[in-house]
Amino acid sequence: MNKYLLYPGCSMDASAKAYMESLNTVVESLGLQLEEIQDWNCCGATEYLSINLIPAYSLIARNLALAARQMNGTRTVLAPCSACYLNLAKADHYMQERPTLGEKVNEALAAGGLTYKAGALEIRHLIDVLIYDVGLDAIRSKVVRPLTGLKVAPYMGCMLPRPDYQHRWSDHEHPTELDDLLRALGADVIDYPLTTSCCGGHMTQIGPETAFELIRRLVSDADERGAQMMVTVCPMCQMNIDAYQNEANHFFSTDYHMPILFFTQLMGLAFGKEPGEVGVGVELVSSRNALANIGVEVPVTQEPDSRRKAEGLPMPRRWTKHGTRKEAVK
Amino acid sequence: MPQMTDERVRAGMNREEDLSLLREVSTKTAGVSHLEMCIQCGTCGGSCPVAEDMDHTPRMLFAMLRAGMREEVLRSNTPWVCVSCYHCVVRCPQEVHITDVMYTLKSMAIKAKLYADATAPDFSQTFVDMIESYGRSFELGLASRHYLKYFPLRLPGMMPMGFGMLTKGRLDIKPHRIKQMKQLKAILSRAKKLELTA
Repeated sequence: MNKYLLYPGCSMDASAKAYMESLNTVVESLGLQLEEIQDWNCCGATEYLSINLIPAYSLIARNLALAARQMNGTRTVLAPCSACYLNLAKADHYMQERPTLGEKVNEALAAGGLTYKAGALEIRHLIDVLIYDVGLDAIRSKVVRPLTGLKVAPYMGCMLPRPDYQHRWSDHEHPTELDDLLRALGADVIDYPLTTSCCGGHMTQIGPETAFELIRRLVSDADERGAQMMVTVCPMCQMNIDAYQNEANHFFSTDYHMPILFFTQLMGLAFGKEPGEVGVGVELVSSRNALANIGVEVPVTQEPDSRRKAEGLPMPRRWTKHGTRKEAVK
Repeated sequence: MPQMTDERVRAGMNREEDLSLLREVSTKTAGVSHLEMCIQCGTCGGSCPVAEDMDHTPRMLFAMLRAGMREEVLRSNTPWVCVSCYHCVVRCPQEVHITDVMYTLKSMAIKAKLYADATAPDFSQTFVDMIESYGRSFELGLASRHYLKYFPLRLPGMMPMGFGMLTKGRLDIKPHRIKQMKQLKAILSRAKKLELTA
């Protein structure tokens, strides 16, 4: 029996609850045993590291200390969020690479009666565990509704395959893990060279124009290559591509409709689950039409109105800050 | 403007080398930064998806660090535009921890109050405030505080999105608080008194 300590991360409770629901369904189908780290705290994302170094690493290390104390029969921490995965792995790695950092962090942890010896735990992402522990054959054997005919763009995102402190991935820029998994489910996986390009991360909040351009590149490339949807392994990527697609469309006068689901949602559907059981329907860019290709019927939900009217007088195209005209596609 | 800076960088390089800034940044960076090893090849800037929005490419910024141009470096928007995608990090032939150096520069700029635009530092600080109060991040509180202050004009356009997130249950109305808040506060307050030394 494979057992793991689960570090869910803050977004799994709220913006990425579809990920959590589908994760639970998939884990149950595959017989994995997950034990949540008791009273875990936020990993600080990329924000705390920008403010103050030792507190940022101590914040992350509190989770590692709690996990190490809790481990019974396993030393593997499983993180489904790429940013959480990276932060946990980063703290563990740097506390070894730079012993002074380890000492200071432990000095801080001691104030809370905790301690962590770097290297005691193994930090892994959910998809790593599914592919390398469970195996593609076991996953394939559970498929009762193959995703045949669904054209998907496999989007790994940046923080999972890079910087890869533990050398876990097939490649830093063009890893194939997600492609392999989706193919095992029967999906028609397109070539997607931007698979590890950044979605903009927190730039949707602090520098929207920078983020919109990154979102545009990802969505337009998936669209041009014929994808019916994008598939992600990260809550941040899902949030940016899904929730900000409308704003990015507005910014560039484009009209993309590119749904993005978590890979676990597609696994659940392939395992024969109903859309409602794997959180399908809470995405803002509806996956309804895309999923109709595999005979899955998603109940109609109200979508936010597009700010562009379908009909009307022709309008001048928008000009960007660089004075060049962005192509108005479609 | 980049050209002028380039000339100043060259002028700086000709001065008697003052490596104290470079060493300071390297020491304050988690892990072993390898910053001293930079060979100015420019692979970082060439790999960066957002370089066009930066005042200086990472390569140029590192040359400025070597030249001891403290104020110019800390005022640069480069670390704030960095999206932490680690493209440059895996391509760097010298294994410089570029992304982590950017974090260090951000924290130094905040301490010296030298950032050019408060949007990003304020966002980070608000995020940290949430964590220090609840132990967890709180998206609704963070977003509403941040947008009201910096992007009030974006709000009307964002209403459908916010409404969608709320009605689909993807935004918590109330924050989650961890149980051992006292323990976390004790850890963080001790941590704030500590600094990374060589």
